[in-house]
Amino acid sequence: MAAETIPAGSTTDGAIQVGQPTDARLGAIASYDVADFPVPHGREEDWRFTPLERLRGLHDGTAEATGGVRVEVSAPEGVTVETVDRTDPRLGKAGKPVDRVAAQAYSSFEKASVVSVAKETVLTEPVRISVHGEGGTAYGHQVVEVGAFAEAVVVIDHTGDATLAANVEYLIGDGAKLTVVSIQDWDDTAVHAAQHTALVGRDATFKSVVVTFGGDLVRLHPRVVYGAPGGEAELYGLYFTDNGQHQEHRLFIDHDTPHCRSNVAYKGALQGKDAHAVWIGDVLIRAAAEGTDTYELNRNLVLTDGARVDSVPNLEIETGEIVGAGHASATGRFEDEQLFYLMARGIPADEARRLVVRGFFAELVQQIGIPELEERLIAKIEAELEASVA
Amino acid sequence: MATLEIHDLHVSVEAEGGPREILRGVDLTVKQGETHAIMGPNGSGKSTLAYSLAGHPKYQVTGGTVTLDGEDVLAMSVDERARAGVFLAMQYPVEVPGVSVSNFLRTSATAIRGEAPKLRTWVKEVKEAMERLSIDPAFAERNVNEGFSGGEKKRHEILQLELLKPRIAILDETDSGLDVDALRVVSEGVNRVRETGEVGTLLITHYTRILRYIKPDQVHVFAAGRIAESGGPELADKLEEEGYEAYVKGGATSE
Ligand SMILES: Nc1ncnc2c1ncn2[C@@H]1O[C@H](COP(=O)(O)OP(=O)(O)OP(=O)(O)O)[C@@H](O)[C@H]1O
Ligand SMILES: [Mg+2]
Repeated sequence: MAAETIPAGSTTDGAIQVGQPTDARLGAIASYDVADFPVPHGREEDWRFTPLERLRGLHDGTAEATGGVRVEVSAPEGVTVETVDRTDPRLGKAGKPVDRVAAQAYSSFEKASVVSVAKETVLTEPVRISVHGEGGTAYGHQVVEVGAFAEAVVVIDHTGDATLAANVEYLIGDGAKLTVVSIQDWDDTAVHAAQHTALVGRDATFKSVVVTFGGDLVRLHPRVVYGAPGGEAELYGLYFTDNGQHQEHRLFIDHDTPHCRSNVAYKGALQGKDAHAVWIGDVLIRAAAEGTDTYELNRNLVLTDGARVDSVPNLEIETGEIVGAGHASATGRFEDEQLFYLMARGIPADEARRLVVRGFFAELVQQIGIPELEERLIAKIEAELEASVA
Repeated sequence: MATLEIHDLHVSVEAEGGPREILRGVDLTVKQGETHAIMGPNGSGKSTLAYSLAGHPKYQVTGGTVTLDGEDVLAMSVDERARAGVFLAMQYPVEVPGVSVSNFLRTSATAIRGEAPKLRTWVKEVKEAMERLSIDPAFAERNVNEGFSGGEKKRHEILQLELLKPRIAILDETDSGLDVDALRVVSEGVNRVRETGEVGTLLITHYTRILRYIKPDQVHVFAAGRIAESGGPELADKLEEEGYEAYVKGGATSE
């Protein structure tokens, strides 16, 4: 941004803490059992940005599963799709739930879906998982397992209306490459809280693209843990938060293994009254994680008054033996000066806004590097802008 | 023939403690083919005049009229003014992250011309215009004004002037921050546009240096928010020798 003004009511109070595990997360609970988590009241560090009353009881045990969320998997050859019981040994391997809603989901789901790609299988077509809400409440569990040296792209589409709490696990074998695109294209009434945990194998590559456009409340925890050295994780995110929407992305990258890399870039645009975006970027480099290389970035573009951003990067470093660690967070207002400049060259106001917002996202969309998705994202951004101009 | 008529223009800005009047009755007529130099001390309101003509929302017109061939310019939005043929080369061009120069130029040319220029001829047109202004072709793919040096920004403004072919060009201190070579390149660009005879030019400057390259038909001294004196090119010579002191004295600033 030309000028990095911070709109009133927003925070971008990043912190770099060296060797001081003061972050709430470190002492935090992680458990499969919902009973291990107290019901949040809203003042807890993890919950202070979230409007609990809009979670429809996902956080306090009152949300009863009614079904009404349809999950369909379409997979190319070489992929096994199974529906399994709670006792399946592949469940829960990537990590434990870290908040009460994720634990509630883990304690409440009945059947899980497991998508596996056999080792050394290189898919040429993406696996498509469609999660469509039909107005019900559901607890879900999804595992995506990619064997050693396999390569796969998985696209998870969330549409319709639902109250959904879920855990998604990505198990990435040694030398494997997994790209997951999770699109939250919900109706504006949906509530979606989920933890996405990736366990990255030796020399494996994980690329996550999280795209959030819809929902009344979306709260996602993309998490990365490394099972062995040499892993690489790229986490991209794009959100467009409108009128009254609450979209929260809470990332955690746990560098507990030497010689792993992570790169995070999330960008969001906000418009309309009470649009609220929250971005938390926690990166922890533990003492054992020598040779870590990490960078995280979050940028927000506030298009209208009345929108609020809370952007909190948080980097904790417990070893000096690293390649690099950095973070950046900026929240800029859509600038009247930019609008004036473009309009002074004859470009009408709505087109000028479109140019600037497209430009804001363009770099990220290119970086994501999935051509098929590029077009869809750009079209979606255009549609969001159209809606706002209308 | 296009004529810009400014009559008794009063303009205020929102300041601490209420609106503050900056322009206090500006009268000026600029016809197609003419070049008017507006010279004045810092803070006298030159940029305020330029921005007010372009329609910047910061400036409130509290009195007077501005017409272009009889059409009420003040009633037009910023983009309408541009499409009507008013062009402002800004003193401080704005950075627009994420928007490439080539996309920007094409979008504005499409808006101003009313249809998208044919791609083949357009690419050539831009390339040649950039060459004439000694702008590296790599700039086409850079973001608008982002990281441009002061001189590069000014050249980029004149590139737009050449491509958009306005009827009235307002150049706000296009000369400031330019070294001698850049000043010559930029002046040549302005002169190419002037030589078409299609544009009326309002050349705002603090120094007489640029007037060696761009010869004005008339020179106006701007002080304390209005035109204090008008004359021919010889007035510039007088200012060169005597400075603005005579105009600034006598409480001419609005403080
Ligand atoms: N928001 C504002 N609040 C108060 N005063 C303002 C504001 N904006 C502009 N001014 C004042 O208006 C006056 C005219 O400014 P303007 O930029 O038009 O001058 P200028 O003649 O272009 O000066 P320069 O030669 O430095 O470019 C200045 O005294 C400036 O401080
Ligand atoms: Mg000025």
